[in-house]
Amino acid sequence: MANYYSDIKEIKFELENSALMQRIVELKERNFEDKDQYDEAPQDFADAMDSYDKVLDIVGDITGNVIAVNAEDVDAEGPHCEGGRVRYASKTYENLAAMRSAGLNGMTMPRRYGGLNLPVTVYTAANEIVSAADAGFENIWSLQDCIETLYCFGNEEQRQKYIPRVCKGETMSMDLTEPDAGSDLQSVMLKATYDEQEQCWRLNGAKRFITNGDSDIHLVLARSEAGTRDGRGLSMFIYDKRDGGVDVRRIENKLGIHGSPTCELVYKNAKCELCGDRKLGLIKYVMSLMNGARLGIAAQSVGLSQTAYNEAIAYARDRKQFGKAIIEFPAVAEMISNIKAKLDAGRALLYQTARYVDIYKALEDIARERKLEPEERAELKKYSRLADAFTPLAKGMNSEYANQNCYDCIQVHGGSGFMLEYACQRIYRDARITSIYEGTTQLQTVAAIRYVTNGMYSQVIEEMLEAPVAPEFEGYKARIQQMAEKLNASIAAVKDAQNDELHDLCARHLYEMTGDVIMSLLLMQNATKAPELFAKSLQVYVNLAEADVEKNNALVARMTTESIENYRQA
Amino acid sequence: MKLNIIVLAKQVPDTRNVGPDAMTPEGTVNRSALPAIFNPEDLNALEQALRLKDQFPGTTVNVLTMGPGRAAEVIREAMYRGADGGWLLTDRAFAGADTLATSYALATAIKHVCPKVDLIIGGRQAIDGDTAQVGPQVAEKLGLNQITYTEEILSVKDGSITATRHIDGGVETVESPIPCVLTVNGSAAPCRPRNAKLVMKYKRALAPMELPQGTTYEELPYADQYGKKAYLKIGQLTTADVNADLQQCGLAGSPTKVKNVENIVFKAKESKVLTGSDEDINALVQELLASHTIG
Repeated sequence: MANYYSDIKEIKFELENSALMQRIVELKERNFEDKDQYDEAPQDFADAMDSYDKVLDIVGDITGNVIAVNAEDVDAEGPHCEGGRVRYASKTYENLAAMRSAGLNGMTMPRRYGGLNLPVTVYTAANEIVSAADAGFENIWSLQDCIETLYCFGNEEQRQKYIPRVCKGETMSMDLTEPDAGSDLQSVMLKATYDEQEQCWRLNGAKRFITNGDSDIHLVLARSEAGTRDGRGLSMFIYDKRDGGVDVRRIENKLGIHGSPTCELVYKNAKCELCGDRKLGLIKYVMSLMNGARLGIAAQSVGLSQTAYNEAIAYARDRKQFGKAIIEFPAVAEMISNIKAKLDAGRALLYQTARYVDIYKALEDIARERKLEPEERAELKKYSRLADAFTPLAKGMNSEYANQNCYDCIQVHGGSGFMLEYACQRIYRDARITSIYEGTTQLQTVAAIRYVTNGMYSQVIEEMLEAPVAPEFEGYKARIQQMAEKLNASIAAVKDAQNDELHDLCARHLYEMTGDVIMSLLLMQNATKAPELFAKSLQVYVNLAEADVEKNNALVARMTTESIENYRQA
Repeated sequence: MKLNIIVLAKQVPDTRNVGPDAMTPEGTVNRSALPAIFNPEDLNALEQALRLKDQFPGTTVNVLTMGPGRAAEVIREAMYRGADGGWLLTDRAFAGADTLATSYALATAIKHVCPKVDLIIGGRQAIDGDTAQVGPQVAEKLGLNQITYTEEILSVKDGSITATRHIDGGVETVESPIPCVLTVNGSAAPCRPRNAKLVMKYKRALAPMELPQGTTYEELPYADQYGKKAYLKIGQLTTADVNADLQQCGLAGSPTKVKNVENIVFKAKESKVLTGSDEDINALVQELLASHTIG
């Protein structure tokens, strides 16, 4: 009778312990204007928080008692391609039915379209919880958040046509990647042409690596401007599977996330609708889509880290060697504590990011209804920038941590971990993709580095250092202050060199140091509020982060314009 | 077609998760040490009822449960899954009821609150008593047909119901006129999960017995909601409400008397050592065949 939400107290802590939450609920609920119109709408802030808690309890229940139970079978069976269609692993249908029956689709959509109107922060928690049981299934289920992009940029007719369907459980996919357009989406070649006779757009070509590619509703990036070669010739389209014209050519055979079908798609004159304006497909809509998806992968990574921790500690308590449980041995205990510290730190970063996203998205949405007040416009700008800066940090750091944690989880299991009998092998394989898809860690660095060098993170760090901490943690504050100074020194050194190549070479190191400092600070705030949950992780994490800052600081110091050559193999 | 369905449900101690303090030294169930849950087979029963509601819009599904104030939790849990509401049958005079007194109370309540009931669906048995007697006794007292060990309701039409029953060595398909009583087996489809919107809608629903001593709905937080939304007040029935004969209720109406309770400790009696040789394996197979354990 496991409950993947209520069993993990740290998730509830993250939801309830931020001053931003009140503002988020206020904005998302428009001062509770739905309360007389919808039976399920909250009356006030406390009521909303109580509802979030209860909805997540359902997610945790289904996750613990259906999805987790099915995970091994889904991983072993995987999906199949039959006659151009995807047939999921049989228990994937069971998982989907449970989520549909519980009404856990279209979670962030407004009530007027049948959604639950939940903040992104709450949806993020649901994502994390589902992923802890089965990261592959989480992919299929969480692609529901593509609907955010359709909601933001589609017209009212499209909203009314598609959003209620997603709220009822129809699945989605985002068709972006092509054989020659992976990280470089500007090279997308799928052709969109306007059919004058039928007065509709038509898609022709192929896509590759499309997660859940046989979904009910697709968002497709395609070249609508004949003769163009860059991102400005791309538009976004909605393809409705009910119209037909897109077939699955094959399903990839992957290292992990077996439950999630990764498809090669063929478009044969497929009828579709333009979403938003022409030419803004990549530069505006896909960027929005990707930011949502990146937050999703950050949540998926945290879920995997949670499971790595659960599996490692359960095994280490149970397994006896030399007459005692192996958790008694410091070498094992350290691995488990490191997993927990990175989990808690990464989770703090995840929810901080989700809250930033919530505020700016809610304000953006309000701006569609009425003109924002000047202070609201300033707030929108502030949180929009914070979300832009924090999303690549949360995605990159958490996905790297998930990989490290799953590696350590197997290490704790020793030889048994290498056998395909324990859950640790599955999460180890599943975690591997998190630092690759929706932009590799290297690309997260590219997205984040401008905020490192323009002083934005430094400013956030400075503000966070001014926040009060419990007296017993003052010592950590001083240490984190020193870490921040080393970070600033490294940034200055790289900037002073005025060499683009050196800048790119050092970027990852600056990025990691930034993550170290920010997560230390977030964890310190958490420990101040709930020492019983976070004091140990604070100590362990700051030890790790401090050493990591030292390492990266030393590396940056040795990476000079002259040394670039040595980082280049012929 | 619109059906009037009553689901019989019971809140039970979770005897599946028994810890060392599950029994009192006197050998009775230590209810405080076990979490109270929705009796598992009653959830199977609820699912059968909700499927009919899905199939025939306008159908009402109401839960009837007997117990103390906290037993109203099973009514809420059912509402979270799609039931319309229910009644908590609660009275000191109901306490100590055996299956006969329980079925008297339930049957009397049904006659009172829902004389036009089409289907009464309950679980086969509760995990705290394992008698499987209450459903059949309710049917007898109401003079209705009964389908026990139901696995699936196949159809309801023209005043009759067709269902499959789980029997030894197979499945039996039976038909009965309605109204009738069904008891549902644990092998039937599991109950659907709680629904997010319904949980948010019904989370404040309370039976009067659940209110803190001496308070009214008007004094609760969000009091205005209880005025506006009738479904937030869960129905409650006492012996007086249903005109029950007190002699047939509770301890007074229970012929069952517990004379003695013994703790049974299972001990291994004899053991046999077998090797992996063909002869030993053959002998074992022959023995198991002879005792009808296999084959």
